[in-house]
Amino acid sequence: MQNKNNKMKYLVPLISVLLGLLIGGIIMLVSGYQPVEAYVALFQGIFGGSYYAGETIRQMSPLILSGLAVAFAFRTGLFNIGVEGQLLVGWLASVYVGIFVDAPAIIHIPLAILAAGAAGALWGSVPGILKARFKVHEVITTIMMNYIALYSTNEIIRNFMLAPGERTENIKESASLASPFLQSITEYSTLHYGIIVALIAAVIMWFLLWRTTLGYELRAVGFNQHASQYAGINVSKNIVLSMAISGAFAGIAGSMEGLGTYQYMTINAAFTGVGFDGIAVALLGANSAIGVVLGAALFGGLKIGALNMQSIAGVPTELVGVVIALIIFFVACSYIVHWLMNRVNKGGKI
Amino acid sequence: MEYVIDMRNIRKEFPGIVANDDITLQVKKGEIHALLGENGAGKSTLMNVLFGLYEPEQGEIFVKGNKVVNNDPNIANSLGIGMVHQHFMLVDKFTVTENIILGKEPTKGGRVDLQTAAKEVQALSDQYGLHVDPFAKIEDISVGMQQRVEILKTLYRGADILIFDEPTAVLTPQEIIELIQIMKKLVSEGKSIILITHKLKEIMEVCDRCTVIRRGRGVGTVNVSDSNPDSLAAMMVGREVNFKVEKDDADPKEAVLTINDLVVLDSRKVPVVNGLNLTVHAGEIVGIAGVDGNGQSELLEAITGLHKVHEGSIRLRDKDITNKTPRSVTEKGLGHIPQDRHKHGLVLDFSVGENMVLQTYYQKPYSKSGILNFKPIYEKAKKLIAEYDVRTPDAYTPARALSGGNQQKAIIAREVDRDPDFLIAAQPTRGLDVGAIEFIHSKLIEQRDNGKAVLLVSFELDEIINVSDRIAVMYEGKIVAVVDPKETSEQELGLLMAGGKRGTVHAE
Repeated sequence: MQNKNNKMKYLVPLISVLLGLLIGGIIMLVSGYQPVEAYVALFQGIFGGSYYAGETIRQMSPLILSGLAVAFAFRTGLFNIGVEGQLLVGWLASVYVGIFVDAPAIIHIPLAILAAGAAGALWGSVPGILKARFKVHEVITTIMMNYIALYSTNEIIRNFMLAPGERTENIKESASLASPFLQSITEYSTLHYGIIVALIAAVIMWFLLWRTTLGYELRAVGFNQHASQYAGINVSKNIVLSMAISGAFAGIAGSMEGLGTYQYMTINAAFTGVGFDGIAVALLGANSAIGVVLGAALFGGLKIGALNMQSIAGVPTELVGVVIALIIFFVACSYIVHWLMNRVNKGGKI
Repeated sequence: MEYVIDMRNIRKEFPGIVANDDITLQVKKGEIHALLGENGAGKSTLMNVLFGLYEPEQGEIFVKGNKVVNNDPNIANSLGIGMVHQHFMLVDKFTVTENIILGKEPTKGGRVDLQTAAKEVQALSDQYGLHVDPFAKIEDISVGMQQRVEILKTLYRGADILIFDEPTAVLTPQEIIELIQIMKKLVSEGKSIILITHKLKEIMEVCDRCTVIRRGRGVGTVNVSDSNPDSLAAMMVGREVNFKVEKDDADPKEAVLTINDLVVLDSRKVPVVNGLNLTVHAGEIVGIAGVDGNGQSELLEAITGLHKVHEGSIRLRDKDITNKTPRSVTEKGLGHIPQDRHKHGLVLDFSVGENMVLQTYYQKPYSKSGILNFKPIYEKAKKLIAEYDVRTPDAYTPARALSGGNQQKAIIAREVDRDPDFLIAAQPTRGLDVGAIEFIHSKLIEQRDNGKAVLLVSFELDEIINVSDRIAVMYEGKIVAVVDPKETSEQELGLLMAGGKRGTVHAE
């Protein structure tokens, strides 16, 4: 029984990916595109050279972190839809420290990342406090906090940090995660050191949840608040802490953009979407640290590959969005996958 | 003699365990047949085999003389077998009639014909004396009534063999009496009933014959008139069971728990505990008797730090624990076996091992500087599992997978092992079979004999009378009488619990 469940844990996402690609292919066919040609281009766009690998990995870093943020909150029974907002304030905080602080890289980079984490944690803890203190549902407050984050960061950039081009100035060299070395070995992709930060964060999330007393409390509260309270665990404190830690991961995801990919922050007309993709990544990764990394790899790969698919096979990138949506759909209703597998297995024994 | 249900030599295996082994169940037409067994003995598996949810590896099933090869739950329905589930399957917002016809709605011109259906429901209700209002909403009627709706559901679908799964577990004493009358009425109208239970009293009262299974094996079938509770219990457990709790007289020492003029308010600011005084001494078990809702839960929550104390004081030995946090109260020497083991006692998705350290995980040796140390956690768990005979595949199994009795044993192991000066046991044996009940009572008495103070809260008067050394009767938030269990009766307690007065009450 245990073994079978474990096997299913890996099989469901895998089969969902295949089903997503399959049905995506049918949609392409119906829309008058060549699915085989498109998928060949897609996969070449992911695996076709070190440039693509570099781009995929670069894309992964913020996705891993936003996925971790969602997964962490979810493990403790909270649904953090506010990763997007926490990411934006984190982005701004990292860029702020990157521009206005002078320090050697060894201090400057960690300081900027920590600032991003602290800003995200602060942003995340507000819904946490509202939930713990007034029982306001975190889904509503985190969504609202997203808008506050979007317009506040824009306003701060506009009033205090504006440079030509509706954006801030570039951060100082000493705060940058950009790596000429990584760029040179990947045919000058935009790959930066952020992936290391993201992978460390994944290890930290795993360790925190499964190896510490804090993680024990958080998981206990997530599973059963009442029993936790009876056992003497401070439920309110854990709700706030959980949202703060989740927000910290999200904030650091923002610093990936600020210190790595862009080196600045723009005035955003709309959400980046990275925070929302985190929900899907966490879902795909079954809320485990390793799963989130793999889920982010899939997402990052598909997004980068889509560019190639468009230029080679003429299939619009939006179709990859459809494929991604289908994959999420199949994971979310894993019941369908279970049912399909049972049908396939029926030939054997029940 | 023809049987309406004839299950012969049923064997059902799951990977690793044999859930049913050579069980024969034969039910005569018009009888109430008890299916008796401990928690986890295989009663549910057997019923699921009958319903076609599981396919047996061996054995044959005949219903009304016809051999059945069923692996389709709808066959059971078409053969006239209906199940009254322990956990009702009703839609709260629907009326009685709407619930009953759900899935088998009569239609007229494409619309659900509620009028005809309601008439039919009314007729069935009258025929069996169920007194159900077809138009009442489920959320507005009592649990006992909801159960009758479940019964009607099976009758409406034409069942003449009804299976009752632990039907009395959720009912009040009065509702139990009514249910027994309904069951008798049903068989007098030609229905046959299988009663799944582990309550011997009910079997003696209502059943004609009884089939006993123990750890998956059929033990045999007996006529209830030829047997008695002791022999049935022995068949079920496999050894003699002690109903009369064996214990020496208490030797109470110094006061451990002292409650003075306690007032606790509920969410509407109404005092639910209202000027309560109570002392529990080392070396005694004080039982609290009372009708549910007279402030017992709030009293316990106030002691354990879960509910705010409005006025008065609570002391544990010489330490004031009034309005202290649950953790600080626990650390001062309180153990608590909560009333609702699923909601309050366990984190069901945690492993048994993780549950064993629910109050101590932050202490050495289970963790150091905030890092968990799993080796001592699971060593402790394995030790407790062995000591308290918690039946689980291993310490890594989720608590959810254990039977109710074993979950309760795990909680008791955890609480008693911390060696608290004062132990609260709230409804510690609810829903458990006689073997587990005996074990839990002996553990409570063992604590008492070790010089600990025990507070027992229970709605089962036999339990209160058998286990306690003193009984405090709680009524409208106060202790209205303290009586000696040797000098009282269920009748007298019942009277006191209802607010009646009695001349010879020994005040403390």
